[in-house]
Amino acid sequence: MKQLRTIKEINEKITKGKVVVATAEEIISMVAEKGVEKTARQVDVVTTGTFGPMCSSGAFLNLGHTTPRMRMSKVYLNGVNAYAGIAAVDVYLGATEIPETDPANSIFPGAFNYGGAHVIEDLLSGKKVLLEATSYGTNCYPLQKLEKWITLDDIKDAYLFNPRNCYQNYNVAVNLSDRTIYTYMGILKPHLGNANYCSAGQLSPLLNDPFYRTIGVGTKVFLGGGIGYVAWHGTQHNPHVPRTDGGVPRGGAGTLALIGDLKQMSPKYLRGVSLLGYGVSMQVGVGVPIPILDEEILQFTAVSDGEILAPVVDYSEAYPQGTGEILGEVSYAELKSGTIIVRGKEVPTAPLSSYPKAKEIAETLKQWILKGEFTLTEPVAALPSAEVAVNFARQPEKE
Amino acid sequence: MIKRKVVLRFPATVVELPFIYTLAREFDVVANILKANINPRKEGSMVVELSAEEEKYDAAINYLQSRGVVILPLEQQIIWVEDRCTQCGACTVICPTNALWMKRPEMIVSFCSEKCVVCEQCLKACPARAVEALYLAGE
Repeated sequence: MKQLRTIKEINEKITKGKVVVATAEEIISMVAEKGVEKTARQVDVVTTGTFGPMCSSGAFLNLGHTTPRMRMSKVYLNGVNAYAGIAAVDVYLGATEIPETDPANSIFPGAFNYGGAHVIEDLLSGKKVLLEATSYGTNCYPLQKLEKWITLDDIKDAYLFNPRNCYQNYNVAVNLSDRTIYTYMGILKPHLGNANYCSAGQLSPLLNDPFYRTIGVGTKVFLGGGIGYVAWHGTQHNPHVPRTDGGVPRGGAGTLALIGDLKQMSPKYLRGVSLLGYGVSMQVGVGVPIPILDEEILQFTAVSDGEILAPVVDYSEAYPQGTGEILGEVSYAELKSGTIIVRGKEVPTAPLSSYPKAKEIAETLKQWILKGEFTLTEPVAALPSAEVAVNFARQPEKE
Repeated sequence: MIKRKVVLRFPATVVELPFIYTLAREFDVVANILKANINPRKEGSMVVELSAEEEKYDAAINYLQSRGVVILPLEQQIIWVEDRCTQCGACTVICPTNALWMKRPEMIVSFCSEKCVVCEQCLKACPARAVEALYLAGE
């Protein structure tokens, strides 16, 4: 395939203010109107966005040295335990951690009003957070107990490091049982009372680059309102799932591990959320720019909700038992219409991922690029098995 | 057995009397306080759920009124805090009256208070906790 431009050339255009950028939503109608060839020549970058609960998130914090010094071995922030099994004042605050005093699901369904994600949101909002630390003393670190109110400014280093974000497609959750169930996909009413889904569909980063041709280790992204990078492939990254003719995975597939400076981020794009009967999670806003290096890449970004299929899964039995059984496939166009048909029944749908926020992120990233505030990076390594996946999809599908 | 949520208004002159104790001891009324704002020498108010046998309930109400306590029916209202809403939509399939609904294809969450029946199911269905219940005294 003929290369149209390099990332270096795109960056030169960004610096000169001559870059042409479209969001992954805008590009759909552009391609429909002008065709792939013409649009590919015109557009340099397509911006994507997503905003949804991403449980596998958290922050590394360096709490700064105290006088006298302390080797913190148990650390709590607003009562939420942060993992301190690393160097003296380094901790990892996980988004889903809840206070040890939280009754969790012992009063079912638990409310989970506060957790690690809320601590992160509070820090970003400029609120004071109570730091409690204990330790055994050592000759070099004598202090054994510390209690102190701190703000994000008092924390020496703070960076978000999310092991799994931006799932490439996801399940549609339903409930076939005769009682309400409380899941990470929200409240699911009995007898197919509702169907919940969680993807930005046509705006979602990895659905616009299904074979990870441009997104790789080192890709610079919009993360939580600041700048972040793809650190690695995310946990559970699996490109080897069945795909549509257009190459789009027909279920959860690739994932991204993301890293970025927490101090640049905003509580607008990192929000603590409470999932009734399940736990705490964090809504994370991510936007990834896709350089249009050739026509194929553009073709992939032009994917629309009607062409992306998601599996419908029963969360009362098939999911918890891991049977792998699916009740059918529906497109995001159907999901966004408000109802889908499952086993002949009309089922109302609801997203957990916010489409307006995803759109806002794609638009913000577009503006950053247009203003010359954000340049693109060349990935330093491809995400695993992307090449294999390309071959896989280009061959006729085998059982 | 009667069970009612009411708003009690205590004039400043009687605010220091032990009403809840008296309700329990003299009238066998279970008073479950939902919200209270009581300060010495100032008018106070309380949102309370009273439950008792019908006869005793009526006698308790008489007692309160005779002491100058104003009893108003409780009006509950759901407040949708737009600033806190992250526009996900999880509430929209839980709301039984479509008071919380989604404008399509934009996928924007909106709230129509006229349709709301204050069932309060949205309070915990909202992951961002962007809905709140407000207790007001009806006139």
